[in-house]
Amino acid sequence: MLKDITLGQYFPGNSIAHRLDPRTKILLVVLYIISLFTARGLVSYALIAAVLAVCIKVSHVGLRPMLKGMKPVLFIMVFTGLLNLFFTPGERYLIEWGALRVSDTGIKNAVFMVFRIMMLIMGTFLMTYTTSPIRLTDGLEALMNPLKKIKVPVHELAMMMAIALRFIPTLIEETDKIMSAQKARGADFESGNIFQKAKALVPVLVPLFVSAFRRADELATAMECRCYAGGEGRTKLHVLKYAGKDYIALACGIILLSGIITLRKLGI
Amino acid sequence: MKPILEVKHLTHTYSAGTPFQRSAVEDMDFAVNEGEFLGIIGHTGSGKSTLIQHLNGLLKPTEGQILLRGKDIWEEPKKIREVRFKVGLVFQYPEYQLFEETVYKDIAYGPTNMGMTGDALDHAVREAARLVGLRDDQLEKSPFELSGGQKRRVALAGVLAMEPDVLVLDEPTAGLDPAGRENLMANIRDYHRNKGKTIVLVSHSMDEIAQNVDRILVLKSAHVLMQGTPEEVFARGEELITAGLDVPQVTRIAMALQRRGLPVDPAVYTVEALEQQLQQLRKGGTVC
Repeated sequence: MLKDITLGQYFPGNSIAHRLDPRTKILLVVLYIISLFTARGLVSYALIAAVLAVCIKVSHVGLRPMLKGMKPVLFIMVFTGLLNLFFTPGERYLIEWGALRVSDTGIKNAVFMVFRIMMLIMGTFLMTYTTSPIRLTDGLEALMNPLKKIKVPVHELAMMMAIALRFIPTLIEETDKIMSAQKARGADFESGNIFQKAKALVPVLVPLFVSAFRRADELATAMECRCYAGGEGRTKLHVLKYAGKDYIALACGIILLSGIITLRKLGI
Repeated sequence: MKPILEVKHLTHTYSAGTPFQRSAVEDMDFAVNEGEFLGIIGHTGSGKSTLIQHLNGLLKPTEGQILLRGKDIWEEPKKIREVRFKVGLVFQYPEYQLFEETVYKDIAYGPTNMGMTGDALDHAVREAARLVGLRDDQLEKSPFELSGGQKRRVALAGVLAMEPDVLVLDEPTAGLDPAGRENLMANIRDYHRNKGKTIVLVSHSMDEIAQNVDRILVLKSAHVLMQGTPEEVFARGEELITAGLDVPQVTRIAMALQRRGLPVDPAVYTVEALEQQLQQLRKGGTVC
Protein backbone atom coordinates (compact mmCIF):
# COMPACT_ATOMS: atom_id res chain seq x y z
CA MET A 1 0.00 0.00 0.00
CA LEU A 2 0.93 3.66 -0.13
CA LYS A 3 1.93 3.63 3.51
CA ASP A 4 4.83 1.35 2.68
CA ILE A 5 6.66 4.09 0.80
CA THR A 6 9.77 4.61 2.88
CA LEU A 7 11.31 7.33 0.73
CA GLY A 8 12.98 9.58 3.28
CA GLN A 9 11.04 8.25 6.23
CA TYR A 10 12.42 8.86 9.70
CA PHE A 11 13.21 5.87 11.91
CA PRO A 12 13.28 7.02 15.52
CA GLY A 13 16.27 5.83 17.50
CA ASN A 14 19.04 6.90 19.83
CA SER A 15 22.21 5.83 18.04
CA ILE A 16 25.19 8.09 17.54
CA ALA A 17 23.93 8.74 14.01
CA HIS A 18 20.65 9.98 15.46
CA ARG A 19 22.31 12.23 18.03
CA LEU A 20 24.66 14.07 15.66
CA ASP A 21 23.79 17.68 14.94
CA PRO A 22 21.69 17.88 11.76
CA ARG A 23 24.13 20.43 10.30
CA THR A 24 26.95 17.95 10.76
CA LYS A 25 24.96 15.27 9.01
CA ILE A 26 24.12 17.51 6.07
CA LEU A 27 27.77 18.54 5.71
CA LEU A 28 28.84 14.90 6.02
CA VAL A 29 26.45 13.89 3.27
CA VAL A 30 27.86 16.67 1.06
CA LEU A 31 31.41 15.47 1.74
CA TYR A 32 30.32 11.89 1.12
CA ILE A 33 28.71 12.77 -2.21
CA ILE A 34 31.79 14.71 -3.36
CA SER A 35 33.94 11.74 -2.39
CA LEU A 36 31.64 9.40 -4.28
CA PHE A 37 31.90 11.46 -7.45
CA THR A 38 35.63 11.93 -7.10
CA ALA A 39 36.28 8.22 -6.69
CA ARG A 40 37.66 6.50 -9.76
CA GLY A 41 39.24 3.17 -8.93
CA LEU A 42 38.19 0.04 -7.16
CA VAL A 43 40.08 0.86 -3.97
CA SER A 44 38.31 4.22 -3.63
CA TYR A 45 34.91 2.62 -4.07
CA ALA A 46 35.75 -0.10 -1.58
CA LEU A 47 36.83 2.54 0.93
CA ILE A 48 33.62 4.52 0.57
CA ALA A 49 31.54 1.34 0.74
CA ALA A 50 33.32 0.39 3.96
CA VAL A 51 32.65 3.81 5.48
CA LEU A 52 28.98 3.56 4.46
CA ALA A 53 28.73 0.07 5.94
CA VAL A 54 30.15 1.28 9.27
CA CYS A 55 27.70 4.23 9.29
CA ILE A 56 24.72 1.94 8.61
CA LYS A 57 25.91 -0.40 11.33
CA VAL A 58 26.18 2.29 14.01
CA SER A 59 22.85 3.86 13.01
CA HIS A 60 20.89 0.71 13.98
CA VAL A 61 18.56 1.32 11.02
CA GLY A 62 19.28 -2.08 9.53
CA LEU A 63 19.88 -3.09 5.95
CA ARG A 64 16.28 -3.95 5.10
CA PRO A 65 14.77 -0.46 5.09
CA MET A 66 17.85 0.70 3.18
CA LEU A 67 17.26 -1.81 0.40
CA LYS A 68 13.52 -1.23 0.50
CA GLY A 69 14.07 2.48 -0.04
CA MET A 70 15.96 1.58 -3.19
CA LYS A 71 12.83 0.25 -4.89
CA PRO A 72 11.51 3.52 -6.37
CA VAL A 73 14.86 4.23 -8.08
CA LEU A 74 15.43 0.69 -9.28
CA PHE A 75 14.31 1.65 -12.76
CA ILE A 76 16.79 4.51 -13.00
CA MET A 77 19.56 2.23 -11.78
CA VAL A 78 18.82 -0.47 -14.32
CA PHE A 79 18.44 2.12 -17.08
CA THR A 80 21.77 3.83 -16.33
CA GLY A 81 23.45 0.47 -15.98
CA LEU A 82 22.20 -0.71 -19.39
CA LEU A 83 23.06 2.58 -21.12
CA ASN A 84 26.60 2.44 -19.80
CA LEU A 85 26.90 -1.23 -20.61
CA PHE A 86 25.93 -0.94 -24.27
CA PHE A 87 26.99 2.53 -25.30
CA THR A 88 30.44 3.04 -23.84
CA PRO A 89 33.14 2.96 -26.50
CA GLY A 90 36.17 0.97 -25.42
CA GLU A 91 39.29 -0.72 -26.76
CA ARG A 92 37.98 -4.26 -26.85
CA TYR A 93 34.46 -5.39 -27.59
CA LEU A 94 33.38 -8.57 -25.88
CA ILE A 95 29.96 -8.90 -27.47
CA GLU A 96 28.77 -7.30 -30.68
CA TRP A 97 25.13 -7.50 -31.51
CA GLY A 98 24.13 -5.03 -34.22
CA ALA A 99 24.26 -1.54 -32.77
CA LEU A 100 24.62 -2.94 -29.27
CA ARG A 101 28.23 -3.44 -28.36
CA VAL A 102 29.58 -4.32 -24.97
CA SER A 103 33.10 -3.11 -24.36
CA ASP A 104 35.37 -3.85 -21.43
CA THR A 105 35.18 -0.21 -20.28
CA GLY A 106 31.41 -0.50 -20.69
CA ILE A 107 31.18 -3.31 -18.17
CA LYS A 108 33.42 -1.44 -15.76
CA ASN A 109 31.48 1.80 -16.13
CA ALA A 110 28.12 0.08 -15.76
CA VAL A 111 29.13 -1.65 -12.55
CA PHE A 112 30.63 1.52 -11.10
CA MET A 113 27.66 3.63 -12.14
CA VAL A 114 25.15 1.31 -10.53
CA PHE A 115 27.21 1.15 -7.35
CA ARG A 116 27.58 4.92 -7.34
CA ILE A 117 23.82 5.49 -7.56
CA MET A 118 23.18 2.81 -4.96
CA MET A 119 25.67 4.28 -2.51
CA LEU A 120 24.46 7.80 -3.22
CA ILE A 121 20.93 6.83 -2.31
CA MET A 122 21.92 4.79 0.71
CA GLY A 123 24.03 7.63 2.08
CA THR A 124 21.35 10.27 1.73
CA PHE A 125 18.70 7.88 3.02
CA LEU A 126 20.84 7.20 6.06
CA MET A 127 20.61 10.90 6.86
CA THR A 128 16.84 11.13 6.42
CA TYR A 129 16.31 7.84 8.27
CA THR A 130 18.21 9.12 11.31
CA THR A 131 17.13 12.77 11.30
CA SER A 132 13.60 13.90 11.99
CA PRO A 133 12.26 16.24 9.29
CA ILE A 134 12.05 19.10 11.76
CA ARG A 135 15.70 18.80 12.74
CA LEU A 136 16.66 18.47 9.12
CA THR A 137 14.99 21.74 8.16
CA ASP A 138 16.45 23.40 11.24
CA GLY A 139 19.88 22.29 10.09
CA LEU A 140 19.30 23.48 6.53
CA GLU A 141 18.04 26.83 7.75
CA ALA A 142 21.09 27.29 9.96
CA LEU A 143 23.47 26.31 7.16
CA MET A 144 21.80 28.65 4.66
CA ASN A 145 21.64 31.54 7.11
CA PRO A 146 24.54 33.46 5.50
CA LEU A 147 22.45 33.68 2.31
CA LYS A 148 20.11 36.07 4.10
CA LYS A 149 22.70 38.78 3.39
CA ILE A 150 21.95 38.50 -0.33
CA LYS A 151 18.18 38.63 0.33
CA VAL A 152 17.45 34.92 0.01
CA PRO A 153 14.26 34.25 2.07
CA VAL A 154 15.92 31.48 4.06
CA HIS A 155 13.40 31.34 6.90
CA GLU A 156 10.43 31.27 4.54
CA LEU A 157 12.02 28.51 2.48
CA ALA A 158 12.74 26.49 5.60
CA MET A 159 9.20 27.02 6.88
CA MET A 160 7.72 25.93 3.56
CA MET A 161 9.90 22.87 3.57
CA ALA A 162 8.96 22.02 7.15
CA ILE A 163 5.27 22.35 6.30
CA ALA A 164 5.65 20.29 3.14
CA LEU A 165 7.50 17.55 5.02
CA ARG A 166 4.98 17.66 7.83
CA PHE A 167 2.09 17.14 5.42
CA ILE A 168 3.55 14.37 3.28
CA PRO A 169 2.49 11.59 5.68
CA THR A 170 -0.85 13.29 6.27
CA LEU A 171 -1.58 13.49 2.58
CA ILE A 172 -0.41 9.93 2.00
CA GLU A 173 -2.73 8.75 4.74
CA GLU A 174 -5.53 10.82 3.28
CA THR A 175 -4.93 9.42 -0.21
CA ASP A 176 -4.99 5.96 1.26
CA LYS A 177 -8.28 6.64 3.01
CA ILE A 178 -9.94 8.17 -0.05
CA MET A 179 -8.70 5.32 -2.26
CA SER A 180 -10.14 2.80 0.19
CA ALA A 181 -13.43 4.66 0.30
CA GLN A 182 -13.67 4.71 -3.49
CA LYS A 183 -12.62 1.08 -3.71
CA ALA A 184 -15.46 0.30 -1.33
CA ARG A 185 -17.69 1.85 -3.99
CA GLY A 186 -16.19 -0.40 -6.62
CA ALA A 187 -13.42 1.82 -8.00
CA ASP A 188 -10.84 -0.13 -9.95
CA PHE A 189 -7.34 1.36 -9.97
CA GLU A 190 -5.48 -1.68 -11.22
CA SER A 191 -6.93 -2.79 -14.52
CA GLY A 192 -7.40 -0.97 -17.83
CA ASN A 193 -5.03 0.96 -20.10
CA ILE A 194 -3.20 4.12 -19.09
CA PHE A 195 -6.12 6.43 -19.96
CA GLN A 196 -8.61 4.35 -18.01
CA LYS A 197 -6.21 4.28 -15.08
CA ALA A 198 -5.78 8.06 -15.21
CA LYS A 199 -9.53 8.51 -15.35
CA ALA A 200 -9.99 6.18 -12.40
CA LEU A 201 -7.86 8.55 -10.33
CA VAL A 202 -10.26 11.49 -10.69
CA PRO A 203 -12.43 10.29 -7.77
CA VAL A 204 -9.25 10.29 -5.64
CA LEU A 205 -7.63 13.52 -6.82
CA VAL A 206 -10.69 15.77 -6.52
CA PRO A 207 -11.33 15.02 -2.81
CA LEU A 208 -7.58 15.10 -2.14
CA PHE A 209 -7.19 18.61 -3.60
CA VAL A 210 -10.29 19.84 -1.83
CA SER A 211 -8.93 18.61 1.48
CA ALA A 212 -5.39 19.89 0.81
CA PHE A 213 -6.73 23.40 0.20
CA ARG A 214 -8.91 23.18 3.28
CA ARG A 215 -5.92 22.08 5.36
CA ALA A 216 -3.75 24.90 4.00
CA ASP A 217 -6.45 27.37 4.88
CA GLU A 218 -6.86 26.00 8.40
CA LEU A 219 -3.10 25.92 8.96
CA ALA A 220 -2.72 29.55 7.86
CA THR A 221 -5.45 30.60 10.27
CA ALA A 222 -3.93 28.57 13.09
CA MET A 223 -0.50 30.14 12.45
CA GLU A 224 -1.95 33.64 12.40
CA CYS A 225 -3.83 32.95 15.62
CA ARG A 226 -0.49 32.24 17.20
CA CYS A 227 0.90 35.51 15.89
CA TYR A 228 3.22 34.06 13.29
CA ALA A 229 4.77 36.95 11.40
CA GLY A 230 7.76 35.49 9.60
CA GLY A 231 11.26 34.74 10.82
CA GLU A 232 12.13 38.20 12.15
CA GLY A 233 12.94 37.98 15.87
CA ARG A 234 11.71 34.39 16.13
CA THR A 235 13.57 32.19 18.60
CA LYS A 236 13.93 28.42 18.51
CA LEU A 237 12.80 25.87 21.06
CA HIS A 238 15.68 23.56 20.23
CA VAL A 239 18.83 25.57 19.63
CA LEU A 240 21.38 23.66 17.58
CA LYS A 241 24.75 23.23 19.27
CA TYR A 242 27.88 21.52 18.02
CA ALA A 243 29.34 18.97 20.42
CA GLY A 244 32.62 17.09 20.48
CA LYS A 245 31.23 14.19 18.45
CA ASP A 246 30.21 16.59 15.68
CA TYR A 247 33.77 17.85 15.28
CA ILE A 248 35.07 14.28 15.25
CA ALA A 249 32.47 13.25 12.65
CA LEU A 250 33.29 16.24 10.45
CA ALA A 251 37.00 15.50 10.76
CA CYS A 252 36.30 11.91 9.64
CA GLY A 253 34.37 13.26 6.65
CA ILE A 254 37.23 15.55 5.62
CA ILE A 255 39.75 12.74 6.03
CA LEU A 256 37.60 10.52 3.80
CA LEU A 257 37.42 13.17 1.08
CA SER A 258 41.15 13.93 1.18
CA GLY A 259 41.87 10.20 1.15
CA ILE A 260 39.73 9.75 -1.95
CA ILE A 261 41.39 12.73 -3.67
CA THR A 262 44.81 11.25 -2.94
CA LEU A 263 43.71 7.87 -4.27
CA ARG A 264 42.41 9.58 -7.42
CA LYS A 265 45.84 11.20 -7.93
CA LEU A 266 47.35 7.74 -7.63
CA GLY A 267 44.79 6.46 -10.11
CA ILE A 268 43.20 3.79 -7.93
CA MET B 1 -30.11 -17.80 12.50
CA LYS B 2 -27.83 -18.18 9.52
CA PRO B 3 -24.52 -16.34 9.57
CA ILE B 4 -23.96 -14.12 6.52
CA LEU B 5 -20.42 -13.09 7.44
CA GLU B 6 -17.99 -15.16 9.47
CA VAL B 7 -14.69 -13.93 10.82
CA LYS B 8 -12.36 -16.79 11.64
CA HIS B 9 -9.11 -16.41 13.58
CA LEU B 10 -8.52 -13.06 11.94
CA THR B 11 -5.13 -11.45 12.59
CA HIS B 12 -3.77 -8.37 10.90
CA THR B 13 -0.24 -7.09 11.40
CA TYR B 14 0.85 -3.69 10.13
CA SER B 15 4.40 -2.98 8.91
CA ALA B 16 5.61 -6.50 9.61
CA GLY B 17 9.38 -6.67 9.89
CA THR B 18 10.02 -2.99 10.69
CA PRO B 19 10.35 -1.19 14.03
CA PHE B 20 6.72 -0.06 13.55
CA GLN B 21 5.31 -3.61 13.57
CA ARG B 22 2.07 -4.00 15.50
CA SER B 23 -1.03 -6.19 15.39
CA ALA B 24 -4.23 -4.21 15.07
CA VAL B 25 -6.39 -7.32 15.10
CA GLU B 26 -5.45 -10.56 16.81
CA ASP B 27 -7.23 -13.88 16.53
CA MET B 28 -10.75 -12.46 16.28
CA ASP B 29 -13.63 -14.90 15.93
CA PHE B 30 -17.26 -13.98 15.42
CA ALA B 31 -20.18 -14.14 13.02
CA VAL B 32 -22.70 -11.66 11.70
CA ASN B 33 -26.16 -13.19 11.27
CA GLU B 34 -28.44 -12.66 8.31
CA GLY B 35 -30.68 -9.65 8.86
CA GLU B 36 -29.32 -8.65 12.26
CA PHE B 37 -28.20 -5.26 13.50
CA LEU B 38 -24.77 -5.81 15.06
CA GLY B 39 -22.97 -3.14 17.05
CA ILE B 40 -19.19 -3.07 17.39
CA ILE B 41 -17.81 -1.00 20.22
CA GLY B 42 -14.29 -0.31 21.39
CA HIS B 43 -11.77 2.38 22.12
CA THR B 44 -9.74 4.25 19.54
CA GLY B 45 -7.00 1.80 18.62
CA SER B 46 -8.96 -1.30 19.60
CA GLY B 47 -8.85 -2.48 16.00
CA LYS B 48 -12.36 -1.53 14.91
CA SER B 49 -11.37 0.25 11.72
CA THR B 50 -8.89 -2.43 10.73
CA LEU B 51 -11.45 -5.14 11.39
CA ILE B 52 -14.20 -3.64 9.24
CA GLN B 53 -11.84 -3.06 6.33
CA HIS B 54 -11.43 -6.83 6.24
CA LEU B 55 -15.16 -7.41 5.95
CA ASN B 56 -15.27 -6.12 2.37
CA GLY B 57 -11.77 -7.15 1.36
CA LEU B 58 -10.04 -3.77 1.49
CA LEU B 59 -7.42 -5.33 3.70
CA LYS B 60 -6.15 -8.85 3.32
CA PRO B 61 -5.89 -10.88 6.52
CA THR B 62 -2.36 -11.64 7.69
CA GLU B 63 -3.88 -14.80 9.10
CA GLY B 64 -7.38 -16.22 9.23
CA GLN B 65 -10.39 -15.98 6.94
CA ILE B 66 -13.49 -13.96 6.20
CA LEU B 67 -16.41 -16.04 4.94
CA LEU B 68 -19.29 -14.41 3.07
CA ARG B 69 -22.20 -16.84 2.91
CA GLY B 70 -19.75 -19.62 3.71
CA LYS B 71 -17.29 -18.75 0.96
CA ASP B 72 -13.82 -17.35 1.65
CA ILE B 73 -13.82 -13.86 0.10
CA TRP B 74 -10.17 -14.23 -0.92
CA GLU B 75 -10.75 -17.53 -2.72
CA GLU B 76 -10.66 -15.66 -6.04
CA PRO B 77 -8.75 -12.41 -5.48
CA LYS B 78 -9.81 -11.21 -8.95
CA LYS B 79 -13.44 -11.14 -7.86
CA ILE B 80 -12.90 -9.10 -4.71
CA ARG B 81 -14.82 -6.22 -6.27
CA GLU B 82 -17.97 -8.31 -6.20
CA VAL B 83 -17.52 -8.73 -2.46
CA ARG B 84 -17.34 -4.96 -2.08
CA PHE B 85 -20.69 -4.61 -3.82
CA LYS B 86 -22.24 -7.14 -1.44
CA VAL B 87 -20.66 -5.72 1.72
CA GLY B 88 -21.09 -1.95 1.53
CA LEU B 89 -18.67 -0.03 3.73
CA VAL B 90 -19.25 3.56 4.77
CA PHE B 91 -16.09 5.05 6.24
CA GLN B 92 -15.74 7.51 9.05
CA TYR B 93 -16.32 11.08 7.83
CA PRO B 94 -17.40 9.77 4.43
CA GLU B 95 -18.22 13.28 3.18
CA TYR B 96 -14.56 13.70 2.19
CA GLN B 97 -14.91 11.12 -0.56
CA LEU B 98 -17.41 13.14 -2.62
CA PHE B 99 -16.01 14.22 -5.96
CA GLU B 100 -18.68 14.53 -8.66
CA GLU B 101 -20.27 17.66 -10.08
CA THR B 102 -23.72 16.79 -8.82
CA VAL B 103 -25.10 14.83 -5.91
CA TYR B 104 -26.92 12.56 -8.35
CA LYS B 105 -23.74 11.65 -10.21
CA ASP B 106 -21.88 11.05 -6.97
CA ILE B 107 -24.50 8.62 -5.69
CA ALA B 108 -24.48 6.93 -9.11
CA TYR B 109 -20.70 6.28 -8.95
CA GLY B 110 -20.97 2.98 -7.05
CA PRO B 111 -23.86 1.47 -9.02
CA THR B 112 -22.21 2.54 -12.30
CA ASN B 113 -19.09 0.65 -11.26
CA MET B 114 -21.35 -2.36 -10.75
CA GLY B 115 -22.46 -2.03 -14.34
CA MET B 116 -25.95 -0.63 -13.66
CA THR B 117 -27.38 1.57 -16.41
CA GLY B 118 -30.59 3.26 -17.52
CA ASP B 119 -33.74 2.91 -15.47
CA ALA B 120 -32.24 0.50 -12.93
CA LEU B 121 -29.50 3.04 -12.18
CA ASP B 122 -31.93 5.93 -11.93
CA HIS B 123 -34.17 3.92 -9.63
CA ALA B 124 -31.27 2.86 -7.39
CA VAL B 125 -30.01 6.44 -7.05
CA ARG B 126 -33.42 7.94 -6.28
CA GLU B 127 -34.28 5.15 -3.85
CA ALA B 128 -30.99 5.62 -1.97
CA ALA B 129 -31.50 9.39 -1.85
CA ARG B 130 -35.01 8.85 -0.49
CA LEU B 131 -33.73 6.43 2.18
CA VAL B 132 -31.31 9.01 3.60
CA GLY B 133 -33.85 11.83 3.33
CA LEU B 134 -32.45 13.88 0.45
CA ARG B 135 -34.91 15.96 -1.54
CA ASP B 136 -35.17 15.67 -5.33
CA ASP B 137 -34.03 19.26 -5.92
CA GLN B 138 -30.85 18.57 -3.91
CA LEU B 139 -29.83 15.86 -6.38
CA GLU B 140 -28.84 18.39 -9.03
CA LYS B 141 -26.73 20.50 -6.65
CA SER B 142 -22.96 20.25 -6.32
CA PRO B 143 -22.12 18.13 -3.28
CA PHE B 144 -19.68 20.84 -2.18
CA GLU B 145 -22.54 23.32 -1.71
CA LEU B 146 -24.26 21.18 0.91
CA SER B 147 -23.88 21.33 4.67
CA GLY B 148 -21.75 18.80 6.54
CA GLY B 149 -24.69 16.65 7.61
CA GLN B 150 -26.18 16.63 4.12
CA LYS B 151 -22.82 15.71 2.59
CA ARG B 152 -22.71 12.75 4.91
CA ARG B 153 -26.17 11.67 3.75
CA VAL B 154 -24.99 11.84 0.16
CA ALA B 155 -21.98 9.68 0.98
CA LEU B 156 -24.19 7.16 2.77
CA ALA B 157 -26.59 7.12 -0.19
CA GLY B 158 -23.59 6.44 -2.46
CA VAL B 159 -23.11 3.11 -0.70
CA LEU B 160 -26.82 2.31 -0.21
CA ALA B 161 -27.36 2.75 -3.97
CA MET B 162 -25.27 -0.38 -4.54
CA GLU B 163 -27.93 -2.26 -2.57
CA PRO B 164 -25.44 -4.23 -0.49
CA ASP B 165 -26.53 -7.29 1.48
CA VAL B 166 -24.49 -6.14 4.47
CA LEU B 167 -24.06 -2.48 5.33
CA VAL B 168 -21.04 -1.62 7.49
CA LEU B 169 -21.06 1.85 9.06
CA ASP B 170 -17.98 3.28 10.76
CA GLU B 171 -19.10 5.93 13.25
CA PRO B 172 -21.78 7.32 10.96
CA THR B 173 -22.80 10.05 13.41
CA ALA B 174 -19.34 11.30 14.46
CA GLY B 175 -19.17 15.07 14.46
CA LEU B 176 -22.90 15.66 13.98
CA ASP B 177 -25.05 17.63 16.41
CA PRO B 178 -27.54 15.67 18.58
CA ALA B 179 -30.50 16.37 16.29
CA GLY B 180 -28.54 15.41 13.17
CA ARG B 181 -27.30 12.31 14.93
CA GLU B 182 -30.77 11.10 15.91
CA ASN B 183 -32.07 11.96 12.46
CA LEU B 184 -29.42 9.90 10.70
CA MET B 185 -29.82 6.97 13.09
CA ALA B 186 -33.58 7.04 12.44
CA ASN B 187 -32.88 6.77 8.70
CA ILE B 188 -30.58 3.83 9.31
CA ARG B 189 -33.13 2.13 11.58
CA ASP B 190 -35.86 2.58 8.95
CA TYR B 191 -33.60 1.15 6.31
CA HIS B 192 -32.91 -1.87 8.50
CA ARG B 193 -36.58 -2.39 9.31
CA ASN B 194 -37.96 -1.91 5.80
CA LYS B 195 -35.28 -3.69 3.78
CA GLY B 196 -34.36 -6.34 6.33
CA LYS B 197 -30.71 -5.99 5.38
CA THR B 198 -27.85 -6.83 7.75
CA ILE B 199 -26.16 -3.83 9.38
CA VAL B 200 -22.89 -3.61 11.27
CA LEU B 201 -22.61 -0.38 13.23
CA VAL B 202 -19.27 0.72 14.67
CA SER B 203 -19.47 3.37 17.32
CA HIS B 204 -17.95 4.44 20.56
CA SER B 205 -21.15 5.83 21.94
CA MET B 206 -22.63 3.15 24.19
CA ASP B 207 -26.00 4.90 24.18
CA GLU B 208 -26.18 4.88 20.41
CA ILE B 209 -25.30 1.18 20.32
CA ALA B 210 -27.71 0.25 23.12
CA GLN B 211 -30.64 1.98 21.45
CA ASN B 212 -30.21 0.42 18.05
CA VAL B 213 -28.63 -2.98 17.87
CA ASP B 214 -29.67 -6.61 18.38
CA ARG B 215 -26.25 -7.83 19.42
CA ILE B 216 -23.01 -6.21 20.59
CA LEU B 217 -19.38 -7.08 19.99
CA VAL B 218 -16.97 -5.43 22.43
CA LEU B 219 -13.37 -5.03 21.28
CA LYS B 220 -10.42 -4.28 23.47
CA SER B 221 -6.79 -3.92 22.36
CA ALA B 222 -7.13 -6.01 19.19
CA HIS B 223 -9.22 -8.78 20.80
CA VAL B 224 -12.91 -9.59 21.19
CA LEU B 225 -13.62 -8.87 24.85
CA MET B 226 -17.26 -9.99 24.89
CA GLN B 227 -20.25 -10.51 22.61
CA GLY B 228 -23.93 -10.98 23.17
CA THR B 229 -27.28 -9.22 23.35
CA PRO B 230 -27.33 -5.77 24.99
CA GLU B 231 -28.76 -7.38 28.18
CA GLU B 232 -25.92 -9.89 28.34
CA VAL B 233 -23.25 -7.31 27.69
CA PHE B 234 -24.55 -4.63 30.04
CA ALA B 235 -25.08 -7.22 32.78
CA ARG B 236 -21.28 -7.18 32.88
CA GLY B 237 -21.28 -3.42 33.30
CA GLU B 238 -18.58 -3.41 35.99
CA GLU B 239 -16.31 -5.37 33.68
CA LEU B 240 -16.89 -2.89 30.87
CA ILE B 241 -15.98 -0.02 33.12
CA THR B 242 -12.78 -1.69 34.35
CA ALA B 243 -11.91 -2.26 30.70
CA GLY B 244 -12.08 1.50 30.32
CA LEU B 245 -15.29 1.44 28.30
CA ASP B 246 -18.52 3.21 28.97
CA VAL B 247 -21.98 1.83 29.72
CA PRO B 248 -25.21 3.61 28.71
CA GLN B 249 -26.22 6.38 31.09
CA VAL B 250 -29.31 4.45 32.19
CA THR B 251 -27.22 1.40 33.04
CA ARG B 252 -24.91 3.61 35.08
CA ILE B 253 -27.85 4.93 37.07
CA ALA B 254 -29.14 1.39 37.69
CA MET B 255 -25.69 0.28 38.81
CA ALA B 256 -25.45 3.22 41.21
CA LEU B 257 -28.89 2.42 42.64
CA GLN B 258 -27.87 -1.19 43.15
CA ARG B 259 -24.73 -0.09 44.98
CA ARG B 260 -26.92 1.94 47.32
CA GLY B 261 -28.91 -1.14 48.20
CA LEU B 262 -31.93 -0.97 45.90
CA PRO B 263 -32.80 -4.37 44.42
CA VAL B 264 -32.63 -3.28 40.75
CA ASP B 265 -31.26 -5.31 37.90
CA PRO B 266 -28.41 -3.27 36.40
CA ALA B 267 -28.67 -4.97 33.01
CA VAL B 268 -31.03 -2.32 31.65
CA TYR B 269 -30.16 -0.02 28.81
CA THR B 270 -33.38 1.84 28.02
CA VAL B 271 -35.05 4.52 30.07
CA GLU B 272 -38.38 2.66 29.76
CA ALA B 273 -37.03 -0.57 31.23
CA LEU B 274 -35.53 1.18 34.23
CA GLU B 275 -38.69 3.19 34.75
CA GLN B 276 -40.72 -0.02 34.76
CA GLN B 277 -38.43 -1.57 37.35
CA LEU B 278 -38.63 1.48 39.59
CA GLN B 279 -42.40 1.66 39.29
CA GLN B 280 -42.64 -1.95 40.38
CA LEU B 281 -40.32 -1.26 43.31
CA ARG B 282 -42.54 1.62 44.43
CA LYS B 283 -45.54 -0.67 44.41
CA GLY B 284 -43.60 -2.88 46.78
CA GLY B 285 -43.04 -5.73 44.38
CA THR B 286 -39.68 -7.31 43.69
CA VAL B 287 -37.78 -7.14 40.47
CA CYS B 288 -36.03 -9.93 38.56
